[in-house]
Amino acid sequence: MTDVLLSINNIEVTYARVILALRGISLQVKKGAIVSLLGANGAGKTTTLKACSNLLPAERGEISKGSIELLGEDTAGMSAYDLVKSGVSQVLEGRHCFSHLTVEENLMTGAFIHEDRAQAKKDLELVYEYFPRIKVRRKSEAGFTSGGEQQMVAIGRALMSRPKLILLDEPSMGIAPQLVEEVFEIVQNLNKNEGVSFLVAEQNARIALKYATEAYVVENGRVMLRGPSEELMGRADVQELYLGAGTDEGGESFRDVKHYHRRRPSFA
Amino acid sequence: MGFDWVFFTELIVGGLMSGVMYSLVAIGFVLIYKSSGIFNFAQGTMLLFAALTFVKLTEGGVNFWVALPVSMGTMVVFGILVERFMMRPLANQSLLSLFMATVGLAILIEGLAQYMWDSAIHGLQLADFLDLALLDPVNMTIFVVDYIEWLDILISKFDVFATIVAGTMILILAVFFQKTRTGMSLRAVSDDHLAAMAVGIPLSRVWALVWAVTGIIALIAGLLWAERVSVSFTLVEAVLKALPVILIGGLTSIPGAIVGGLIIGVGEKLGEIYLGDLIGVQGIETWFSYFIALVFLLFRPSGLFGLKTIERV
Ligand SMILES: Nc1ncnc2c1ncn2[C@@H]1O[C@H](COP(=O)(O)OP(=O)(O)OP(=O)(O)O)[C@@H](O)[C@H]1O
Ligand SMILES: [Mg+2]
Repeated sequence: MTDVLLSINNIEVTYARVILALRGISLQVKKGAIVSLLGANGAGKTTTLKACSNLLPAERGEISKGSIELLGEDTAGMSAYDLVKSGVSQVLEGRHCFSHLTVEENLMTGAFIHEDRAQAKKDLELVYEYFPRIKVRRKSEAGFTSGGEQQMVAIGRALMSRPKLILLDEPSMGIAPQLVEEVFEIVQNLNKNEGVSFLVAEQNARIALKYATEAYVVENGRVMLRGPSEELMGRADVQELYLGAGTDEGGESFRDVKHYHRRRPSFA
Repeated sequence: MGFDWVFFTELIVGGLMSGVMYSLVAIGFVLIYKSSGIFNFAQGTMLLFAALTFVKLTEGGVNFWVALPVSMGTMVVFGILVERFMMRPLANQSLLSLFMATVGLAILIEGLAQYMWDSAIHGLQLADFLDLALLDPVNMTIFVVDYIEWLDILISKFDVFATIVAGTMILILAVFFQKTRTGMSLRAVSDDHLAAMAVGIPLSRVWALVWAVTGIIALIAGLLWAERVSVSFTLVEAVLKALPVILIGGLTSIPGAIVGGLIIGVGEKLGEIYLGDLIGVQGIETWFSYFIALVFLLFRPSGLFGLKTIERV
């Protein structure tokens, strides 16, 4: 029990009091794990992550049912600030760098919750070690760096808060394939060397499954499948729908396939 | 017909000095806009409220050096209250609702000022207070409205004083926002609210700070301005002077507010003397600054220093 870092217990999320975006999602992130959350556009990945970081109120959303626990503690009364303080840091979909701040200032905003400035300087160097690419651009305004660099800035910024868990929303979005690979490599290194756990939302199932230990597939605000990455990777239905494998090759036994045929996900 | 260079220089200097004042008032707008994306309609009434608080204290016999920090404290409390009871409940509402809330705030302050104080016109001779406080060893009348002569140019001493105070204030603010951690968090919030929340910058604290600082700016600007127009509801109109400054400088830029203020200050003086004579109209000062602003807008629609949205594909 104690090795569970984050536990989402059957939550429902409503936007503007009427739009039901999540219809009962349960998910667990164990300490030291990289868990990926797969699903098509509008499946509810971002909403799930925002529920964990308590950013929903900023979007007029709320958790209308269920609960989220961080190390066994209910996060219901906590603000976004409290959660960052407790070690949950979110990298938003689309990166959201502070475009008029320099790369280095962007990173330093991540250390805002900590008073210790000497420590922040050390953390900064650590971030630069993981992301040598952005060290070169440290003095440029973030808005003028490339998409891949911005993704690194956003992850680095989250790291500066010294998180236990990073909620990473679609890191592959809009960046070149080889850079995506590079970003995921760094994520894996951070996980191994710094012990940071990750919950990664992705549409790119191929890459997410390659690096994750465990995966959840969501559709329409519900978890449709869950399991260790290798197991999911091997499943014909997942291959067909999320990994773009041929349609009628091993057409034998997929229990959930019917479900998926209702709406084929579109890939960006 | 020789050109009167002395007079011209006098105009420029005078213009620059009123310009610094305009900049200070404009910065009040810029801060609120940067931190929360709203145009603060209540800025003018905040000026009045702050100055009135100070005047009533001193009229009640409170010493200048006590009245000043007490008025500042009042404005800080005001800032915290605005955050708690206006910004926080409306945080996720539309910008229009927030703007309307500042309209409501203006009406509230105006009523409150009338109820707590009164609606009479108060003279504020800041110069007198300062005369007591800062004795000039040479002629004992340093800041009373008299003039210094410099290369044949006559400059009002109070204007010099006001310029120094406003200028220092602006400098402090600029350094504060560029160099400090808190300043950086404000710039972060102004760039991207959601990202700021995601990294753990507490919006409510930033807002309270900004409103408190804006309150202090309102106090300083109100006191300096009151010297010219007295403390009454006409003080609210000081803000009308800041609007063209914002149009030129952009709502998002402190340097823009500074340069915009100077341009308006000088442009207005020059326009009044030379253009006014030319077209034979008196008192064009009241609208000429808007004319300057419009001309600028034709060429720089987002303002002289308005932050351009950085778009990368
Ligand atoms: N702010 C909002 N207000 C109302 N509805 C929203 C809001 N944000 C998301 N939704 C709805 O909630 C559902 C889930 O959206 P969400 O953004 O979580 O999906 P996603 O899996 O992250 O999709 P994508 O891959 O496109 O990012 C969608 O139907 C969406 O329309
Ligand atoms: Mg999403």
